[in-house]
Amino acid sequence: MTSPLEQKKIRIAGPSMVTANRTWDGVVIYRTAQRGWSVSLSDAAIVRTSDEARALLAESVADDVGAVGAYIAPVEVEDGGKIKPGNLREHIRSEGVTIDLPEPA
Amino acid sequence: MYAYDELDRTLINERVEEFRDQVKRRLSGELTEDEFKILRLQNGVYLQLHAYMFRVAIPYGTLSSKQLRRLAHVARRYDRGYGHFTTRQNIQFNWIKLAELPDALSDLAEVGIHAMQTSGNNTRNVTSDQWAGVAPDEVEDPRIWSELLRQYTTLHPEFSFLPRKFKFAITASEHDRAAIKVHDIGLRLHKNAEGETGFEVLVGGGLGRTPFIAKTIKPFLAGRDLLSYVEAILRVYNQYGRRDNIYKARIKILVHELGIEKFAQEVEDEWLQMRDSALTLDDAVVEDIRSRFSYPVYEKLPQMPEELRKAAHDPHFEAWRKNSVAPHKAPGYAIVTLSLKPVGGPPGDATADQMDAIADLADKYSFGEIRVGHEQNLALPHVARRDLPALWRALDKIGVATPNVNLVSDIIACPGLDYCSLANARSIPIAQELTRRFANHDTANLIGRLHVNISGCINACGHHHVGHIGILGVEKNGEEFYQITIGGRADENAVVGTLIGPAVPYGEVADVVEDIVEAYLALRARPDELFVDTVKRLGVEPFRERVYATR
Repeated sequence: MTSPLEQKKIRIAGPSMVTANRTWDGVVIYRTAQRGWSVSLSDAAIVRTSDEARALLAESVADDVGAVGAYIAPVEVEDGGKIKPGNLREHIRSEGVTIDLPEPA
Repeated sequence: MYAYDELDRTLINERVEEFRDQVKRRLSGELTEDEFKILRLQNGVYLQLHAYMFRVAIPYGTLSSKQLRRLAHVARRYDRGYGHFTTRQNIQFNWIKLAELPDALSDLAEVGIHAMQTSGNNTRNVTSDQWAGVAPDEVEDPRIWSELLRQYTTLHPEFSFLPRKFKFAITASEHDRAAIKVHDIGLRLHKNAEGETGFEVLVGGGLGRTPFIAKTIKPFLAGRDLLSYVEAILRVYNQYGRRDNIYKARIKILVHELGIEKFAQEVEDEWLQMRDSALTLDDAVVEDIRSRFSYPVYEKLPQMPEELRKAAHDPHFEAWRKNSVAPHKAPGYAIVTLSLKPVGGPPGDATADQMDAIADLADKYSFGEIRVGHEQNLALPHVARRDLPALWRALDKIGVATPNVNLVSDIIACPGLDYCSLANARSIPIAQELTRRFANHDTANLIGRLHVNISGCINACGHHHVGHIGILGVEKNGEEFYQITIGGRADENAVVGTLIGPAVPYGEVADVVEDIVEAYLALRARPDELFVDTVKRLGVEPFRERVYATR
């Protein structure tokens, strides 16, 4: 997946959200419509135009204390409204690594 | 082991407190992320997909049992109970919280471990042969010089804001286990015709987007001139290295663009101005560092003790001994490699429990010392040969005695897209599948020495360019694809591998590797012709035909 860290021009091709990592612990977070953050993708604000995406990213980046490295990422919105990650990278960020982690002793 | 003096301890402790203050100011909003990023990177803290990643230095790959226990403690207390040993003698923790990092660093500092300059555009952890000090064929212990460079380059203002990261590696043996030819500066200790010990200096090696094998810039450099010469190289790099384009900023590009002769002349001109300066090392300085390394007092022991003779009847023990036990400079002793490549496991990972158990075994069998190699395995450097059977049983119990060292399932792999924010594709699941395909030890043994290296992106942390079989993850239309190269090697005959054809999808990588291995078995001139030698003799064409004939 092309690293979103390289993201320069904002042009979206479908439904998208803004994601980042929480500053104090690095946990994956999603920008909500209430101008806050959530650890759940289902709470993410969905944007459908490049202008909306630009605006959502701008307000997200403005929260430099709460979040690190905000960027726009694609999502799939199912008929019932369920939000799914739009690519493998976001799937891994949302669902966790695709390998088994060691069991704590 | 090297014992830190008061200056080292003070430096590390002050660094922890400095970083604690920086983290506090970041969390309060006093520092922006832009301001903080360079500070965290200089302390080994990256931001990855799921969390912060914390990279801790293990200078020249030497650890005490006490230090390994402390790494286990950090894994358990601040992370998720495991760590990942890298290709540059570091350990990475994948789930660390920024708010807890200063405490983790403080705990590590108590045992002389730090994370300074494990990231950022500065001189990185100085790496060396994991068998340093015990390899029978080495000229002298390369860690003396590694430590000297570590002290000299740590927080050196002129080397702290280089055009790009800068990596040293040092070896002192004929067989290069430190991969010096793929480092920015590679140093090979050897003796000249007069019998004096000094360095062959190589420069401009590196992998990543544009791989280059390092070139010799000085065939023999006296030890007393090491610092002045290295500084001259870095000054030329600092002056001419590109800062406008991150992809062209490494010294390898400068050496390539100037040409080695012109680059060497620039370094020589710079060096002549400073070679007899305060940087000239006198014997006392070198001896002081040498004196701070402690070495075990070995017993006089038989080379073939009764315990070993008896154990030789056990085929499982013998399978392990043949590829995990290496000759030692002291009679009656051996170097034992601990495989961190179990069948189905992520390469280079060790759990906190394993680390604690290995530390205990190091105390019992290896004078409390552990080594970390760039192949992402560990080693116990001072094991009495009579103890090998007992040690093997104990290692097997904790899952680090897979008899696959240097075989096809001893895979080097980066964390890939499962963890890394730069990755295009996953590395670990590919490695896991390959270890399952080649789990049969007899088959792996029949294949012989074969290094598979996997990188999840062009940055090449898995050193895929120099794998006998190299696998590079790329993205095509949102899907994971993998380019396969063959014929690379990272040793004294280092060479970049050759691409065999179009990239293959994720689900076909293991099949392709099996095809390549089957082709090799059919094509090799004799059973002891290594895979890389067959590729060198025949080229890639027969392998390409085999792989793509049905694809």
